[in-house]
Amino acid sequence: MPDTETRPGPDIVRPTTVVSVRFFARYRDLAGISACEVELAEGATVGDLIAQLRADHRLESLPPNPFVAVNRDYADFGQLLTSGDEVALIPPVSGG
Amino acid sequence: MDGTSQVRALITPERIDVAALIETVGSTADGALTVFIGRVRDTNEGRRVTGLTYEAYEEMAQSVLEEIIEETERAYEVGHIAAVHRTGQLELGEIAVAVAVAAPHRAAAYEASRSVIEEIKVRLPIWKFESYADGVAEWQRQ
Repeated sequence: MPDTETRPGPDIVRPTTVVSVRFFARYRDLAGISACEVELAEGATVGDLIAQLRADHRLESLPPNPFVAVNRDYADFGQLLTSGDEVALIPPVSGG
Repeated sequence: MDGTSQVRALITPERIDVAALIETVGSTADGALTVFIGRVRDTNEGRRVTGLTYEAYEEMAQSVLEEIIEETERAYEVGHIAAVHRTGQLELGEIAVAVAVAAPHRAAAYEASRSVIEEIKVRLPIWKFESYADGVAEWQRQ
């Protein structure tokens, strides 16, 4: 009978959501990058993504409540993200 | 939709051709046609502007501009609307944005035109980077 205490078990695989993030104009300057990929816990929202981004010291200068678009539509912080989503941080617009 | 609306909504680095834009809207049912043109101004909040660049989130700007046009066509009694916004580097006096509205009567044409440009200012994902005579350059917010 093998010793169940020491036998290696399968790795615990936590489902994750991977999204691509794009930064424009002033936010690109603040971030120092124009795009990145971010891995989030499954069930993460737009708000969770923004909080996770800002927890990275290189991105902490991003504002806490930016306008956000998910797959090219404006979205609120409660929107759930799924893998493959394109999330854009939208600075105050100044077209026209 | 009909075959005349080939421009309709356009985000482009090319110079805006207003005559071509007008050709894309309206029919003989439309007695009124308004054109709004926004140009690069030489001053902003008292500072002398020397140059300007528009950056767009192009894929989204294209669909948002289409949405604005469709919503405005539904909200007003207008025949057709077309709008174009520039990207890239622009010189003073160059056309940054143009909106053409054809309608049976002038009141709806003017009102719809105003509505389109105001919505562009609020939600079209485009950003203006201005350079000034004093050497500073910065992103603008509305």
